[in-house]
Amino acid sequence: MNSGDTAWVITSTALVLLMTIPGLAFFYGGLVRRKNVLSILMQCFIIMCIISLQWVLFGYSLAFGPSFHGIIGNFDWAGLKGVGAAPNAAYAATIPHSVFMIFQCMFAVITPALIIGAFAERMKFSAFLIFTILWATFVYNPIAHWVWGTGGWLRNLGVLDFAGGVVVHTSSGISALVIALLLGKREGYKRQPFRPHNLPFTVLGAALLWFGWFGFNAGSALAADGIAANAFIATHVAAAAAGLTWALVEWKQNGAPTILGVCTGAVAGLATITPVCGFVNPMNAIFIGALAAVFCYIAIAVIKTKLGYDDALDAFGVHGVGGIWGTIAVGLFAEKAVNATGANGLFFGDTYQLLVQLMMVVVVSAFVAVMTWILFKVVDAAIGMRVEEEQEFIGLDLTQQSEAAYTVIE
Amino acid sequence: MKLIIAIIQPHKLEAVKKALEDVDVNLMTVTNVLGQGRQKGYTEIYRGAKEAGGLLSKVRLDIAVNEGFVEQTITAINKGARTGDVGDGKIFIVDLHECIRISSGERGGNAIG
Repeated sequence: MNSGDTAWVITSTALVLLMTIPGLAFFYGGLVRRKNVLSILMQCFIIMCIISLQWVLFGYSLAFGPSFHGIIGNFDWAGLKGVGAAPNAAYAATIPHSVFMIFQCMFAVITPALIIGAFAERMKFSAFLIFTILWATFVYNPIAHWVWGTGGWLRNLGVLDFAGGVVVHTSSGISALVIALLLGKREGYKRQPFRPHNLPFTVLGAALLWFGWFGFNAGSALAADGIAANAFIATHVAAAAAGLTWALVEWKQNGAPTILGVCTGAVAGLATITPVCGFVNPMNAIFIGALAAVFCYIAIAVIKTKLGYDDALDAFGVHGVGGIWGTIAVGLFAEKAVNATGANGLFFGDTYQLLVQLMMVVVVSAFVAVMTWILFKVVDAAIGMRVEEEQEFIGLDLTQQSEAAYTVIE
Repeated sequence: MKLIIAIIQPHKLEAVKKALEDVDVNLMTVTNVLGQGRQKGYTEIYRGAKEAGGLLSKVRLDIAVNEGFVEQTITAINKGARTGDVGDGKIFIVDLHECIRISSGERGGNAIG
């Protein structure tokens, strides 16, 4: 056991909490109309409550517990049975097993929270709660097991996902796209203006995400060491390159750089560098981040507009596209000179890693799409996923929560 | 009695207020409003999506005056608010049937000033 490693991972755990609340909550909350801002904050906050409990009760055991044929963990660690101060060497030899568990808890929390961006401003709160618990159990827990769990079948094939490019970002992004298609557009989409009601909130949220992401990525080294330092630096420069690139692209395309663009680009860069930050040198991280901004910009400003689906806050366009590009980038830019426990990508002489990364993206995306479709249909048939049109016009804050964010008259 | 409604550029409020005080018109109600005139609104861009028709910020003054103060009020507003470009705003004047000071119950011309 190492006290430095333990201290860093505990600290990182708190940093990752900060990403969901208030980071993501305000990033998304500022982008919706004023009548729906509390619904976003509520969804992010309540996810912290329910998924944390799901995680310690049985989610952690399903994701990381003793493997059932590489598909899913069993219930041996349900209720944290046997998950205590003694390290689990298969996951992290120098920190308490319980610290690894609670660090991973924050990842399980933020992943379904990212999907909120797709169904913002029109999802029924009760349906959202049930869907989220089902999604965590039947989508997140298995995927985390495949990629990260001891005995997980993708892990056994040698896939690399340093901090969750597939497990967190691709899974939530693909799910977001499926939900946006199934749920349909917000009333008035493309016929009336949809302006972000408070961009300063969004900027604040993006900045908190950037800050918290150091815990997400550098904490995923599970040690206070050189790999953590590399992940920290790669994360930072990828976000910087992506934020700048987005601003330059829209300056050229639209005649003005926007703060929303810089923030969106930075978050896209952070999502993209997540799977690869512990395996690449910082110069390649800059390149990966810059391309992340270009790909995500095309997905959001060109492709989404052409296809006409209403991924309200671009959960797919940022996290799905970024997560997939980052996961593929592992197969291109990873080098053993940076991380001896990693692999060499295509540009360092090995094609196997690229192939296995591509296979992982395809398999996980297909699984997520099918499972999301099934869970959506089940909940929709049971209680209905979408609020009534009248409630949508009035807003989710008043109709789902009986409260209002702002007073006009005291 | 007349009610003078002036829509002006927000950054001209201080100049208009000063000009009105110089001619002894001190009572007014000021509100932030949105609007568009001949110059139309702004186009905003969010993640590449253009949202046209955004309205411009203006300031609205509501000033109730007795007949003898109408012309000097108009002159003062023009003096404070005019740049000569489109977007300077407009002044509307309507007849005012009654005016009541709530604290004293006074009515009419005595209640205005």
